[in-house]
Amino acid sequence: MIVGNRKPLEEILGMIKPYKRLLLLGCNECVTVCSVGGEREVGVLASELRLWSAKEGQDLEIREHTIERQCDHEYIDQIRSFVDEYEVILSMACGAGVQYVADKYPTRPVLPAINTTFLGVTLEQGVWSERCQGGGTCILDQTGGICPITRCAKSLLNGPCGGSSNGKCEVDKETDCGWQLIVDRLKELGQLDQYEEIMPIKDWSTSRDGGPRKRVREDSRL
Amino acid sequence: MRLDYPTNVKITKVPCTGRVDDLLILKAFESGVDGVYLAGCLEGECHFLKGNLRAKQRVQYVKGLLEEVGLGGDRLEMYNMSAAQGQRFAEVAREMTEKVRALGPSPVKKKVKDYRTASLKVEG
Repeated sequence: MIVGNRKPLEEILGMIKPYKRLLLLGCNECVTVCSVGGEREVGVLASELRLWSAKEGQDLEIREHTIERQCDHEYIDQIRSFVDEYEVILSMACGAGVQYVADKYPTRPVLPAINTTFLGVTLEQGVWSERCQGGGTCILDQTGGICPITRCAKSLLNGPCGGSSNGKCEVDKETDCGWQLIVDRLKELGQLDQYEEIMPIKDWSTSRDGGPRKRVREDSRL
Repeated sequence: MRLDYPTNVKITKVPCTGRVDDLLILKAFESGVDGVYLAGCLEGECHFLKGNLRAKQRVQYVKGLLEEVGLGGDRLEMYNMSAAQGQRFAEVAREMTEKVRALGPSPVKKKVKDYRTASLKVEG
């Protein structure tokens, strides 16, 4: 899922300063699962904003609304009937959602309430961890199912750097060395010979370096 | 026991403090209360195992939100007491009342406009 962090209230207040009528838009997908931008978080932020505006004597009207996904136009269309009643949309979706809502409602400013951080997994309730950077050329088959691009701070492809110490990364003593994890896993799988194979220089053009990516599946198109 | 405690304390009953989430506390402040405290069971004695410990963490989190908003986290507290400690209940009610009185009235008192169609009514 896509994981994010709520922006500090101060930053949000700075963004919404010029506006009096605000549509606070949540998303029922990834940001709901990582407890940052779903219906519940929309409620909490709306409550914070109401308390703040009441304290400051500001007149701020907030409508809370959460849609199934902010990255699909059929759901974004659901707010069309009332979106014009509001001066601004404060989106609690990931960056993709914010941009797609902005794309669909060009006359309304769409502001981000969260900082989108990574593609990750839920380690336990309340703890999320990065696992994928969307590199475009997956090599997990060669690395025991552990991504060196994501799990190694330097995204090294052929073993750890000198900063690996007791299985931890020099960047942060709490962070596992990605390559230590890979070697341990390959050993467990009896595939340590994979580690001997030199991986060629990665073609980053399939990743962000190739510019914004697009996928088309012709048989799915209507 | 027929113990006295300040009449300004309004009780919202929940089956366990673990039921109290962030929004419930914030809604209480929106309704104009000057302070909120949770009276949970003693730590380690939760009937639902961790309800009071979860409530304790949530209280800490909401204290941060209240600081962010400018109300101050001191208006919210968590207390633990057993069902047999009526004396302690009255003592906490007095203690929290004094604390909130010292902080003064909530700066948002009676100013929150509720534009929503449905709202959760919290006694306060």
